Amino acid sequence: MRGFLAILTATTCLATTAAGATTVFPLDRATILAGSPFDMKVEFDKVVAEGDVTVTINGKPAADVLGKPVTFIEKEEGVEASAVRLDAASLAEPGDYTVEAKAGGETKTVTWTVFGTSAEPKAKNVIFLLGDGLSVAHRTAARIMSKGMTEGKANGRLNMDDLDHMAFIGTSATDAVDTDSANTMSAYMTGHKTAVNAIGVYADRTKDSLDDPKVETLGEALRRTGKKAIGIVSPAEVEDATPAAVVAHTRKRADKAEIVGMLLDVKPEVLLGGGSAYFLGKDTPGSKRKDDKNYIDLFKEAGYTLATSKAELGTAAGTNGGHILGLFHTGNMDSTLDRDFLKKGTVGKFPDQPGLVEMTEAALARLSKNPDGFFLMVEGANIDKMSHPLDWDRAVVDTIEFDQAVGVAREFQKSHPDTLVVVTGDHTHGVSIIGTVDDEKPGADMREKVGTYAAAGFPNYTDENKDGYPDKVDVSRRLFLAANNGPDHYETFRPKLDGPFVPAIQNEKKEYVANEAYKDVPGAVLVQGNIPREGDSGVHSADDVVLQASGPGAEEFKGYMEESDVYRVLADALSLAPSTN
Amino acid sequence: MSQLSTPFQRSGSRLTRREMLLGLWAAAALPLLPPRSSYAAAAAEITFDELYGSVGVLGLTFSDKVKQLKGSEVTMKGFMAPPLKAEAAFFVLTEIPMALCPFCSSDADWPDNIVVVYLDAAQTFEQANRLIEVTGRLEVGSWTDPETGFVSLLRIVGASFDAA
Repeated sequence: MRGFLAILTATTCLATTAAGATTVFPLDRATILAGSPFDMKVEFDKVVAEGDVTVTINGKPAADVLGKPVTFIEKEEGVEASAVRLDAASLAEPGDYTVEAKAGGETKTVTWTVFGTSAEPKAKNVIFLLGDGLSVAHRTAARIMSKGMTEGKANGRLNMDDLDHMAFIGTSATDAVDTDSANTMSAYMTGHKTAVNAIGVYADRTKDSLDDPKVETLGEALRRTGKKAIGIVSPAEVEDATPAAVVAHTRKRADKAEIVGMLLDVKPEVLLGGGSAYFLGKDTPGSKRKDDKNYIDLFKEAGYTLATSKAELGTAAGTNGGHILGLFHTGNMDSTLDRDFLKKGTVGKFPDQPGLVEMTEAALARLSKNPDGFFLMVEGANIDKMSHPLDWDRAVVDTIEFDQAVGVAREFQKSHPDTLVVVTGDHTHGVSIIGTVDDEKPGADMREKVGTYAAAGFPNYTDENKDGYPDKVDVSRRLFLAANNGPDHYETFRPKLDGPFVPAIQNEKKEYVANEAYKDVPGAVLVQGNIPREGDSGVHSADDVVLQASGPGAEEFKGYMEESDVYRVLADALSLAPSTN
Repeated sequence: MSQLSTPFQRSGSRLTRREMLLGLWAAAALPLLPPRSSYAAAAAEITFDELYGSVGVLGLTFSDKVKQLKGSEVTMKGFMAPPLKAEAAFFVLTEIPMALCPFCSSDADWPDNIVVVYLDAAQTFEQANRLIEVTGRLEVGSWTDPETGFVSLLRIVGASFDAA
């Protein structure tokens, strides 16, 4: 038996050509936009002598191919091992490149594919709408809640139901099958997959989160290749993972103070969202910075007009040109249900927050003035932020709002047919619609009021004012969405009308326990968690995301694609690396 | 009955026999006395709602009450968030039981309205589900904890707490 295992191990080693754990960044099978700068790094698994190291690309010394010297690091900070780096390299010619890194007896070989794009742009503008965590259940629930259903047929269609092309998107990270909003958006915005929590970099082994090998973001590519305007819109903090990934580079999405500086480096023409706490110096009450930098002033000095309310946004959008910084909350903006209907959450403190529709309209008004076109990213952030705490009513109402923002983009596309509209999620959540909860069913036991199969019937939401939102979410027969994972929590079978759900809270052992604030809700049942006890909320699922698109270039979205492949379609539509032949 | 319950709540579980008697007496004699006159020398209570005078995108401003009580003994009710690190000399008092950083998979991100509590002497952790009352001296202004780098604007120092 032992002999058999030894042979098996040897065979495996041969297949990967490596005797040790040398890592080359970009990783094997990386796809790289022709001409885009990227940092190459080779991490050897032990200390090696500089004279023993060779790094070749297609058989020639890497320094010759990339036109820059390679730096040898005998011992990396905090690591008993050597590395080589070559920063801001680029490869102009499309094709496959075989990279071989050798140190003594250790060899690692990877292949990169450098891609060019169409010679002429297919689209002048791209509107990329990303529903954070947008899963199939969110769409279905939004359609039923917004439009209704009769005898099994939807009574109306969402805006996203009428996009022409679609693809299933694989969202996994380089280090895990499961994934987060940092690495997923980073893959969309760079064409490179990376590790959970990383943005615009490959995740190296050193502790410093700001030294990891960078790849070019779409924001930077647009600045390098032309004069397109850039817009970033999100009800999350603008320095949160998804909006950050349009421009930023860090191993740790939590480097929010640094990300604000990276946003200023690229200077998107329109930047709208929450998160002002990271723009304020540490002595200002409400600040989350640990330094004295005042980014409100720094953005203003860079030519930005500041808007801090819906009214000010309207004024700023109406001006002719100029950059717009809209910050409407110190943290994440409130969910649609809280902002427009229940007035809960933090709406009392920030009563004049614009919605995603208004922010999208304002961004388009400004960006469309740019003669060279634009790239606009719109994030439906609260779909995810409300799915984590298993607050499905808020997540679904936010999906309706996101769909109305898709409607704004589609309207714009009608008058500007040279616009590519892409609608997708970055990852999914473990949630499904399993029927209804019917208060009219007999008894007090809420669990027995769950209707499944034929007993579910149809929900009785109404939309008397035709605004696309249900007049109320606490109707007597409502959709029942159930999570397939989560911490210990109380299921109340009811919308949380007093504020977003907080399913679990942490104890002194850093374990999450059910939040007893919901214990006494009539009919509440304790749901035993099924994720590790350090987990505070429902987690992302590794299920594919559905991407849909319309407009020039959209035909390239089809079948199964990796998230990183989507960048290639965007780059092609915008002709970011026109082929020279 | 509601008159009687007020002094009990304010003093929490640290009621002495004398305070209890005072409370009963004050309640019984309430029509004749200015309210809360027995507590003139006691620590002033401050609530989470009373911390800030204005809340806005460009920052918060402390309330007049916070400015007045700066440097004085105060009591405050809230929930104890689990310590950041085992060795941290402080804990974070929150208005509602906290799910620490519910939305991100990395570092902590706290709500605006927190108060950092530095204890006078070590005390055992109170379950996050349970309301506590903290007593200590109110400190106002930016302070970076040297051990953890945690920046706070409002602190109760030299503090102790009890179940509320």
